[in-house]
Amino acid sequence: MIRFVVQRLLQTIPVIWVIITATFFMIRFVPGGPFTAEKAVTPEILRNLEAHYGMNKPLYRQYLDYAWSLLRGDLGPSFKYPTRSVNEIIADKLPVSMELGLVSLAVALGVGLPLGVLAAVKRNSWIDYVCSSVAMVGICVPTFVLGPLLILVFAIHFGQFNASGWFGPMDWVLPSITLGSVYAAYVARLTRGGMLEVLSQDYIRTARAKGASETRVVLKHALRGGLTPVVSFLGPAIAGIVTGSFVIETIFQIPGIGREFINSATNRDYTLVLGTVILYAGFIIGMNLVVDIALVWLNPRLKFE
Amino acid sequence: MERGHSPWSDAWHRLRKNRMALAGAILLAVLALACAAGPVFSQSYEEQNLDLGAVPPSAAHWLGTDTLGRDLLARTLYGGRISIMVGLVATFVALAIGVTYGAIAGFLGGKTDAVMMRIVDILYALPFAIFVILLMVFFGRNIFLLFFAIGAVEWLTMARIVRGQVMSIKRMEFIEAARALGLGRRRIIFRHVIPNVLGPVIVYTTLTIPAVMLLEAFLSFLGLGVQAPMSSWGVLIKDGSEKMEEFWWLLVFPGALFSMTLFSLNFLGDGLRDALDVRASRD
Repeated sequence: MIRFVVQRLLQTIPVIWVIITATFFMIRFVPGGPFTAEKAVTPEILRNLEAHYGMNKPLYRQYLDYAWSLLRGDLGPSFKYPTRSVNEIIADKLPVSMELGLVSLAVALGVGLPLGVLAAVKRNSWIDYVCSSVAMVGICVPTFVLGPLLILVFAIHFGQFNASGWFGPMDWVLPSITLGSVYAAYVARLTRGGMLEVLSQDYIRTARAKGASETRVVLKHALRGGLTPVVSFLGPAIAGIVTGSFVIETIFQIPGIGREFINSATNRDYTLVLGTVILYAGFIIGMNLVVDIALVWLNPRLKFE
Repeated sequence: MERGHSPWSDAWHRLRKNRMALAGAILLAVLALACAAGPVFSQSYEEQNLDLGAVPPSAAHWLGTDTLGRDLLARTLYGGRISIMVGLVATFVALAIGVTYGAIAGFLGGKTDAVMMRIVDILYALPFAIFVILLMVFFGRNIFLLFFAIGAVEWLTMARIVRGQVMSIKRMEFIEAARALGLGRRRIIFRHVIPNVLGPVIVYTTLTIPAVMLLEAFLSFLGLGVQAPMSSWGVLIKDGSEKMEEFWWLLVFPGALFSMTLFSLNFLGDGLRDALDVRASRD
């Protein structure tokens, strides 16, 4: 097991290096720079600004400088917020996005798992059809339609919630439902499928024959095997929640890192773009690794594939 | 004498029994036809009527008008054209890359296959949506770039599915029989392998189209997709969500039409999967 983990960890290093390098050079070859937007910049000031950020050096030199400071955990100064470093901006905004992501994931699992198990246990009954239809609705109504609709109904019409902002747990409700619902729907479908496959196997019949109660059979014996498809979906789901947060943070005006990422790209804030891309890539790759390890733990046979 | 059934006619028979899938197919046909032909008959999608402003649905404007007095029905149908076109073209790009790549890996097998699929594994782990966003921000909102970027993201699963199919079909007895009969390699590939890969490819294509349309709308919602004066459902939904407090219809109708399209495609895809008896892929 430890060998497997170490092996997978080593494999991620070149991947992350490729991402950093590709992003670094891609943003440099793009038309426009961080200072082109400001109108009244004289050539002298521009030169001074570039010298200040080390942009007058040859590109490979800048790349090496960046890589060196990155190794020390320093993401450099922001171009658009002259007094702040990228580390500070991330430390400031990331907790908000983490809260949003975790609550949304909790919604996805908290709603999706019970619905899926229920649909599988009551297969082909009206409960199953209702659960499956609800899941289909969740999949087909995109977040950027659902979010504004929820605001329209629950914030504007009934006035129960704030339409925007991020001040307390009440403000978590609408955004996390919006972001979590799609994944709740997928989790429900995958749980149903996984449970159905497991429930027809011999060891479940054995458990029933031993006289185990139906609740015990479902929750103790079947769930562990039935969860495999859900666990392998968690990798893509987490990546999706991360990218989905860009839209959610825009709709609900949440001061998170997702909005900062979109703005930084539009502003050509080189260091902030790189910093956020490294953060996201590292996070998503790390999560995929955790999911892979969890899968092997659930089903040790996978180790040999 | 009883006539034999081909697998395709069996599948058609099964599909016809699936009411949801059939309803999806019909709804889809109606929507596509309306989007294709509608703008020809309806009011102009760009003609402004500033005196009129935004009015709710009425007999003259079935879905109301937007703040510039433009007919929302015409705009929604026209936006649907672009959304559906993006969905089809980008899916075709993904299909072309995925099928070729997967088929080559599956046929050649061995070391080549191992390397090719390892590359796919690595690409799978990348946060692609982030790169698509960067591409669209940096290189302008070019619609051809949009096709390419979306297609380049969506081909991975297709490659995996096709490779898996080709691998398993290659080892089956009927291929061996065909070889024993002395058929050439080309004939085996076109006459025996490809028809058997077609089922999963059709199913997955049907399910890729809504995913692609969703990605396009997502980008347009962030202001990175289709640009004015062109319009897509994503653009309309974005505009609508900004003005929904006063003019709810601007959000509700484009949103409903978009969701209905996704519904139909998903139901049709699920129905095709059952009809063609494609086992759910494990990814």
